[in-house]
Amino acid sequence: MNPAYGVVAIVLVCTVTLAIGAFGLRLSRTTSDFYVAGRTVTPYRNASAIGGEYLSAASFLGIAGLVYTNGLDMLWFPVGYTVGYVVLLVLVAAPLRRSGAYTLPDFAEARLESTVIRRLCSVLVVGIGWLYLLPQLQGAGLALGTVTGAPTWVGGLIVAVVVVANVAAGGMRSITLVQSVQYWVKLTAIAVPAFVLLGAWVGDGAPGPAAAREAKWIEPLNGIAGQGHPVYATYSLLLALALGTMGLPHVLVRFYTNPDGKAARRTTVTVVALLGAFYLFPPLYGVLGRVYLPDLASGAADTLVLRLPGAMVPDRLGETLSAVLAGGAFAAFLSTASGLTISVAGVIDQDLLRRRLGRMTGDDFTVAQGFRLATVLSVLVPYAASRLIEPVGLATMVSLAFAVAASTFCPLLVLGSWWRGLSTVGAAAGLVVGGTLAAAAVGLTIFAGPIPGWPGALLGQPAAWTIPIAFATAVVVSLATPSRIPRHTARTMVRLHTPEDLALDRN
Amino acid sequence: MSSGPGRPPESPGPTPSSVPARVRVTSTRRDAATRRDLRPLTRDIDEQSTLGEVYMAGLMSAQLRLALRVLAFGAVGLGGLPLLFLFVPATRTMEIGRFPLPWIVLAVVVYPVAIIVARVYVRASERIEAKFSDVVGRR
Repeated sequence: MNPAYGVVAIVLVCTVTLAIGAFGLRLSRTTSDFYVAGRTVTPYRNASAIGGEYLSAASFLGIAGLVYTNGLDMLWFPVGYTVGYVVLLVLVAAPLRRSGAYTLPDFAEARLESTVIRRLCSVLVVGIGWLYLLPQLQGAGLALGTVTGAPTWVGGLIVAVVVVANVAAGGMRSITLVQSVQYWVKLTAIAVPAFVLLGAWVGDGAPGPAAAREAKWIEPLNGIAGQGHPVYATYSLLLALALGTMGLPHVLVRFYTNPDGKAARRTTVTVVALLGAFYLFPPLYGVLGRVYLPDLASGAADTLVLRLPGAMVPDRLGETLSAVLAGGAFAAFLSTASGLTISVAGVIDQDLLRRRLGRMTGDDFTVAQGFRLATVLSVLVPYAASRLIEPVGLATMVSLAFAVAASTFCPLLVLGSWWRGLSTVGAAAGLVVGGTLAAAAVGLTIFAGPIPGWPGALLGQPAAWTIPIAFATAVVVSLATPSRIPRHTARTMVRLHTPEDLALDRN
Repeated sequence: MSSGPGRPPESPGPTPSSVPARVRVTSTRRDAATRRDLRPLTRDIDEQSTLGEVYMAGLMSAQLRLALRVLAFGAVGLGGLPLLFLFVPATRTMEIGRFPLPWIVLAVVVYPVAIIVARVYVRASERIEAKFSDVVGRR
């Protein structure tokens, strides 16, 4: 593969990202600008930004690789990623926006009136954010390595530097603009080559996938993915993705940039449409890969999208398409990593750094300086981890982050929005139990190697049991501690659920 | 009487004349002016009076019921698929045109359905809120 094309595409994407970021810098002045773009973003722009931020390495490269390796059952990944927004829409979109909070810990503190819960949530946001940043940085190394032959640490480093420069310089306003452009970059980058490749496939007489060897690849519940219990694995994955979306730190921060609850809902509908349009394409690459590249090594499946054009169309065209795809993949790493960095940095800045910095410098620092320091920290740690931890597959890693989010923030947000009986102790117990169980399952899956039988299936896809346990814990403990229901619950419910056009007391 | 203005136009024509169709009599919106000197309901909500709590509980349960209906639809429609594949093995390999049914459903059909469901939800949810604003916000 000629590296020149790919390098040009990647440099272009990075330059454009930085240029738009610099443009936003001139507009970004206050704290509100930094975190939520002064709440002046229209639903359409906001939806593009959410889509741009959400479509990560797992979506751009991972899904095609999974479908290629494991077949039909992997289509539940994009389905779950999309359905997650429908669940978010019906359960929490408007209440979250109406809570008026900047970050997940802000919401938790406002609803439960407890700084302990706030700190728990801060730790979880940072943990989930880092778990999710890790595959982005690994994916960047993988993509750059495939296109140019560079060692894997280079790609991750490039993404880390661009993201820090961009986030630290402009905060959310520039990022919103960057993200909404990134969605269209990504859609174009995956759709245009897909159409060219489909044309080539039809030109070849539309051969079927070389599935004779693995007749089951094409069928549902085939169990190729290594889980002995495909029905359980399918349901558990679907639950994790459908309920985990609302608990991802970088997804929520984006809802605060809507002007009101109604706009938050409309934004979400547009997001579902944008995601649906994008997810039509990655499985195509997986299927075409079966036709044209049937013997790809299993470790290389995540690079299938980048390799496919070279195998299907003549040299020059193939290299151009590969370059376009590499550019799109980098857009995916950059935008998701930026969004995650923004939210992780926001939490580190507000909850960990600000007071300490104040003490150390005698309050001799500006808000922007604190945020910039937090930004560097929030990228540095996952980058270091990405050098130390063996990659376990982009989409697998991301689904683990979803499982943790679904077992912790989903009960908190859903019960917090709809149940007046949620007590501070109950919410804390739910977070601790759900978080501990999910994190233990994730840790065992990553570090202990393949585990056979039911234990392996239960640990590999923990959501189906960790989510109900987390919910049950929160409910039972709340019922046992009615005296710890926050005093202003009724007032908070008014704020979360009444339309903004009513003149009500919302404090 | 039969052509009175209060009769809704969509009421069916040939009803047995012995049982006149029931007509709901309500005040039109303009009559709300007479309520001006009453306490606005927003104050009941602000003061968390029993009446205010009843209205809030009504709003929340209407929204929650709507949300649960959407989730139930998704649970059956989407969550039913693996069970369908499990218990009706023929559906695993069934083909429509040249393409296998499970692929068509999971790779394509799911997305437009999700968009339609989301849109229907938003409309219904905004209707609930509009009604609430209308009732509570009358001053």
